[in-house]
Amino acid sequence: MTSDAADRPDNRTLIFSMQATPHFPIYMDYGATTPCDPRVVDVMVPWLREHFGNPASRSHAWGWEAEAAVEKAREQVAELIGADPREIVWTSGATESNNLALKGAAHFYHSKGRHLITVKTEHKAVLDTMRELERQGFEVTYLDVLEDGLLDLEVLKAAIRPDTIVVSVMAVNNEIGVIQDIATIGKLCREKGIVFHVDAAQATGKIEIDLKTLPVDLMSLASHKTYGPKGIGALYVRRKPRVRLEAQMHGGGHERGMRSGTLPTHQCVGMGEAFRLARLEMAQDNARAKALHERLLKGLVDVEQVFLNGHPTQRVPQNINMSFNFVEGESLIMGIKGLAVSSGSACTSASLEPSYVLRALGRSDELAHSSLRMTIGRWTTEQEIDYAIETIRANVAKLRDLSPLWEMYQDGVDLSTIQWTAH
Amino acid sequence: MAYSEKVVEHYENPRNVGSFDKGDESVGTGMVGAPACGDVMKLQIKVNPATGVIEDARFKTYGCGSAIASSSLVTEWVKGKTLDEAAALKNSQIAEELALPPVKIHCSILAEDAIKAAVDDYKKKHAH
Repeated sequence: MTSDAADRPDNRTLIFSMQATPHFPIYMDYGATTPCDPRVVDVMVPWLREHFGNPASRSHAWGWEAEAAVEKAREQVAELIGADPREIVWTSGATESNNLALKGAAHFYHSKGRHLITVKTEHKAVLDTMRELERQGFEVTYLDVLEDGLLDLEVLKAAIRPDTIVVSVMAVNNEIGVIQDIATIGKLCREKGIVFHVDAAQATGKIEIDLKTLPVDLMSLASHKTYGPKGIGALYVRRKPRVRLEAQMHGGGHERGMRSGTLPTHQCVGMGEAFRLARLEMAQDNARAKALHERLLKGLVDVEQVFLNGHPTQRVPQNINMSFNFVEGESLIMGIKGLAVSSGSACTSASLEPSYVLRALGRSDELAHSSLRMTIGRWTTEQEIDYAIETIRANVAKLRDLSPLWEMYQDGVDLSTIQWTAH
Repeated sequence: MAYSEKVVEHYENPRNVGSFDKGDESVGTGMVGAPACGDVMKLQIKVNPATGVIEDARFKTYGCGSAIASSSLVTEWVKGKTLDEAAALKNSQIAEELALPPVKIHCSILAEDAIKAAVDDYKKKHAH
């Protein structure tokens, strides 16, 4: 399997394929989901049309060919992360993988202990699952992170107890893009005989993962953050040393009893192809993203009172999370309407709390409210970056003219001395 | 979420943006909200001391589009009103005019609080 420039769709190909539907605003929210690579769509379609068999049908050729396709895709997923295909369990996505990993391991190993450890900046799919386990009687420790978003290993060491059975730390953070030191954390867990789970939903195709050497027991994978279709994911479950899980979905005994349910052949094939492309093109994708990341930063760093969230170098280049002080995030998003981005502002969520990830870094509520997450990817162009710089600068300036906080800052008022009327 | 046309219109073309001199005897200033909550509104009124009628108004707002629109709208509404008429403005009128969804009602409450605070400030200045 080789890839050359000729079989990689260029930007025009994607734009052409997107002309069927409106594709404005410019997409800079690859962290929410990526477009499905046109090459992935192409390999999926036959498995929806003529090859519709159930991969679990053992009695005829329709089933056999579907099973072969699913197993080939399983190999492609395994190959990206240096795993054995028998260690890959198909799921509906990373949320289900996180649920299966954490609940499955906690339920299986509960006689060994009832304590689990995770980090405050994890995705809600991990945090909410942990909350459910607490409701079931488990104890969970939520670790603080450093100001740059990284986990202090001494803090982790101090939290480990004799009855700790699971540690869960994500590889790449979805909001701020920082990369945790998975190898060192895994080594620590291995020494203590603790199951180590990693949410790698945002990591595949962005950082090298080799589970032959990386001491990780369970790893959650998503398809739709790596140019595959939505609605499919996988959980890596280590065979040596063997990790056991209690199934959370019963019925039919598919996936070696760990996750029952008819496999969606086209989805599996799509995720397989997406992961095959990610393996072949990771270096190229990362080099482009790095150049665009630097271009965007260069265009914005000289804006007054702007702060980069997350470690400046131990991060994936696809993520740029910045706070523009004295400008509220949702109003900024409303202004930069030519860009599709996301914000840590409370107003973009149903709750009135600003981003819990930025709060965990020790950022003030103001800076958390004032943040913008831009995530770039395979089809982001220099022109799009230049447009983003221009529109962000113009709208930050406009909103600061409207901002009483900016006016006070300009007048030299220390905002922390003001008695606010909290509401 | 999608914004109503009126919110977008006020956000794109905010009315009466700016500041009066706080120390001016004819000016009442109200500042409500908190940066930590994601909303701060500063609303100022300029009052004719002879008639007690609000002749002009200014605002500056840190907050979402609905907060900006609510304060912009209020500066338009209070002009030509007496202090008591202005203080009687209800948040429900603002929410209705801008078609605010339930999650944005607090923006209209903040605008009502801001105008009341500005009227109070003016009245305190002229209490004796």
